[in-house]
Amino acid sequence: MEKIALSRRQILAGGAAAAVVATERPASAHSIKGEVPWAPSQADAPHAIDPGGYIFFTPQEAALIEAAVARLIPADDLGPGAKELGVPTFLDRQLAGEYGRAERWYMLGPWRQGSDNQGYQSRLTPAQLYRYAIKQLDAHVSSIKDGRRFANLATEDQDALLSDLEAGKVDLGGVSGKAFFDLLLQNTIEGFFADPIYGGNRNMEAWRMIGFPGARYDYRDFVAKHGERFPLPPVGLQGRPAWSSKG
Amino acid sequence: MARKLPSIDVALVGFGWTAAMLAQEFTDAGLNVLALERGVWRDTPTDFAPTFIQDELRYYFRHELFQEASRETLTFRNNGGETALPMRHLGSFLPATGVGGAGIHWNGQTWRFLPTDFVAKSHNEQRYGKLAEGMTVQDWGVTYDELEPYYDRFEYLCGISGKAGNLNGTKQPGGNPFEGPRKRDFPNPPMDMTYAPMLFAKAAQETGHAPFPCPSANMSRAYTNPLGVQLGPCTYCGFCEKYACGNYSKASPQTTILPVLMRKPNFELRTQCEVLKVNLDNTGKKATGITYVDAQGEEWEQPADLVILCAFALHNVRLMLLSGLGQPYDPETNTGVVGRNYAYQITSAVDVFFDDKLTNTFIGAGSLGMGIDEYNGDNFDHTGLGFIGGGYIALWTTNGRPIETHPVPEGTPKWGSKWKKAVVDNYLKQCSISTHGAVMSHRGNYLDLDPFYRDVHGRPLVRMTFDFTDNEHRMSDYLTDRAAEIARAMQPREIKVSRRKGSYSIVPYQTTHNTGGAIMGDDPKTSAVNRYLQSWQAHNVFVMGACAFPQNPGYNPTGTVGALTYWAADAIRNQYLKSPGPLVQA
Ligand SMILES: Cc1cc2nc3c(=O)[nH]c(=O)nc-3n(C[C@H](O)[C@H](O)[C@H](O)COP(=O)(O)OP(=O)(O)OC[C@H]3O[C@@H](n4cnc5c(N)ncnc54)[C@H](O)[C@@H]3O)c2cc1C
Repeated sequence: MEKIALSRRQILAGGAAAAVVATERPASAHSIKGEVPWAPSQADAPHAIDPGGYIFFTPQEAALIEAAVARLIPADDLGPGAKELGVPTFLDRQLAGEYGRAERWYMLGPWRQGSDNQGYQSRLTPAQLYRYAIKQLDAHVSSIKDGRRFANLATEDQDALLSDLEAGKVDLGGVSGKAFFDLLLQNTIEGFFADPIYGGNRNMEAWRMIGFPGARYDYRDFVAKHGERFPLPPVGLQGRPAWSSKG
Repeated sequence: MARKLPSIDVALVGFGWTAAMLAQEFTDAGLNVLALERGVWRDTPTDFAPTFIQDELRYYFRHELFQEASRETLTFRNNGGETALPMRHLGSFLPATGVGGAGIHWNGQTWRFLPTDFVAKSHNEQRYGKLAEGMTVQDWGVTYDELEPYYDRFEYLCGISGKAGNLNGTKQPGGNPFEGPRKRDFPNPPMDMTYAPMLFAKAAQETGHAPFPCPSANMSRAYTNPLGVQLGPCTYCGFCEKYACGNYSKASPQTTILPVLMRKPNFELRTQCEVLKVNLDNTGKKATGITYVDAQGEEWEQPADLVILCAFALHNVRLMLLSGLGQPYDPETNTGVVGRNYAYQITSAVDVFFDDKLTNTFIGAGSLGMGIDEYNGDNFDHTGLGFIGGGYIALWTTNGRPIETHPVPEGTPKWGSKWKKAVVDNYLKQCSISTHGAVMSHRGNYLDLDPFYRDVHGRPLVRMTFDFTDNEHRMSDYLTDRAAEIARAMQPREIKVSRRKGSYSIVPYQTTHNTGGAIMGDDPKTSAVNRYLQSWQAHNVFVMGACAFPQNPGYNPTGTVGALTYWAADAIRNQYLKSPGPLVQA
């Protein structure tokens, strides 16, 4: 405690604190001292997806996914559904990227089956899970529907199969059909409502449908307008179509 | 082999809320202070700007600001009979990584605990008799009156918006009539209320309650804090909790302390430095410093006269277990202290659906809401109820972010056209009442080191053994019933009651209010730190954060975490530095 007692005495005597002179400095530490770091033009911008065709899904996989998301959130008289708004592209880019690789997930063994309360315990990453489950699902369909694929079934049959998956009635070759269904539904809703830069929610149609004004920054003028309808259209991270030169 | 660095007066482990407060205090006292943070530097204009922070997928659903489970997670089981398995991705709670800690992505709901919360054991036993079997509730060793000036300091640091309910013992209309006496009012007036909290307040009043604006670290107006740092008025953008504020409107280390602290010559921050352990001398009674690993994987030994753990409740406990700092808790024999009395929060919700009212909950802020406190702590007579403790009931409008918030009525399918129609019909016309209940400590709920699973450095993960007990379920059901009564008085078309049923699950997000494991108290046999958060074992180690809570009351933790931090800082500055040694004799 020598040093603290010393520093303390110096303060009491009105002297400046003696800075410890470092004889060895950590070579690779990010040391920040005497300033608020500021890096101009270093804003941590979001990464919009590249447009274009599928990069993760094979054509067969894409057919199943397009058919499935069109049942999860269908097009109807309220407006377009998940397929029309680009959710398959959203899923494709998510699975091709760090989410698909489970980069932030703890993926070390040992692997064991747990209780529901213990959460996800599969050794498959989301990308591996989709790939495997899609294949197994089509094989399952083929075995019970005379060689047909999920995408070619009537919509009622697709709904019935999805309900069976949801209810945990289908085993997908050792992977729980329910685990796949839950992930697919969660990701579909993400794509439907996420900012359009990620490929779904095209033209912010999903936001418009429900009345969410999007990535707005200041509602102060409207806070006290209790019960009134918010008058402005949605805006996304890249603005909105009317702001571009064409608009 | 770790290379040895020159010694420093104080080493702070982590650089979130508690570390930033202490760094400011100790540099003011003239000490040379070094903070070691495992995450990166981040600040408002570069990392939280309102041109891109309103990104629901990136920040909440892909966890960009949170701890990476791939580097460090924990294992979990409901009880000692199960095998704990790793939390493979975050869910129930969202620990932070990076400068500012969870202080950048918290809501800002900033409460004081009730005076009786600090004497939970003696108060409840006196009023209701012996505690239930297995309940390990304890008194804190510090009282509300002792902490009052430190609550006040934290609230003025943050610029809390609110309305006093009790000024020096005199009740104030419009404030929380149950709160402990405060010496002065909040630094800022309450936030402007949106529609739904006002509908709740009216119904609460009609059903005999005293609603009040909940205390908020979101600014109701521009504010300059005692350090001279300025915050701007909140714009109610609805991207607050789980997000960082781009508008300097939510109190965080970045918006209240860092502009002053970072310029001080006697402060240094090293980022991307993960502390592996606290080093002890051969008596085990004194820390010699810490060992950390930098971004290149190189290990360094950093000697320090004082070591302060500020790494968040769960990580502080893990570091103590890994360092041999305090005897690990053993539930079989009910001995040992580190890991003891882990607790959490129990929450439930009542969704309210209107036909004729546009609630527009996308206009929101992390702590924008009206609440009632009739059923918190011991504010009501528990005779015959079969539980102790309680919680607040509040209607917050934190957000209308649609991936997370699209409530649908009871009985709606989870997908398909019916689901879509229910979302579209209800999105603008709903709101939700939440209950926020205490979790009492229990002999079987604790933290220790996992026997199987390891982090990226090969060190054992912490193992959490936790479940809600009968006390929590009865209490939460009671709160939920009261919330449903108020919901009905709001005259909606319908309500949906979501109780917290069965065993605790680590999957759905609940709160990041993990408490206990290094609790404070009077007795070194049943607490890891004394009333000044000083380790009973090594007098030059102090442990900050909610791990000090002997059990978790019915409020969010950070108001009390902040008060305890200033309380400990004062004890260190005014007592410890003059004569280093135990501040309380065991
Ligand atoms: C989404 C969310 C909402 C919340 N809302 C509220 C609320 O409304 N009201 C409330 O009262 N509380 C709330 N909280 C809790 C609040 O954020 C915490 O109580 C508070 O931040 C705790 O401060 P701390 O200093 O203990 O930890 P933190 O602020 O989390 O800081 C800990 C720091 O330590 C670092 N660290 C950890 N381990 C190491 C290591 N080994 N080496 C180096 N560094 C390390 C971490 O990276 C982190 O930066 C919320 C939390 C979350 C996540």
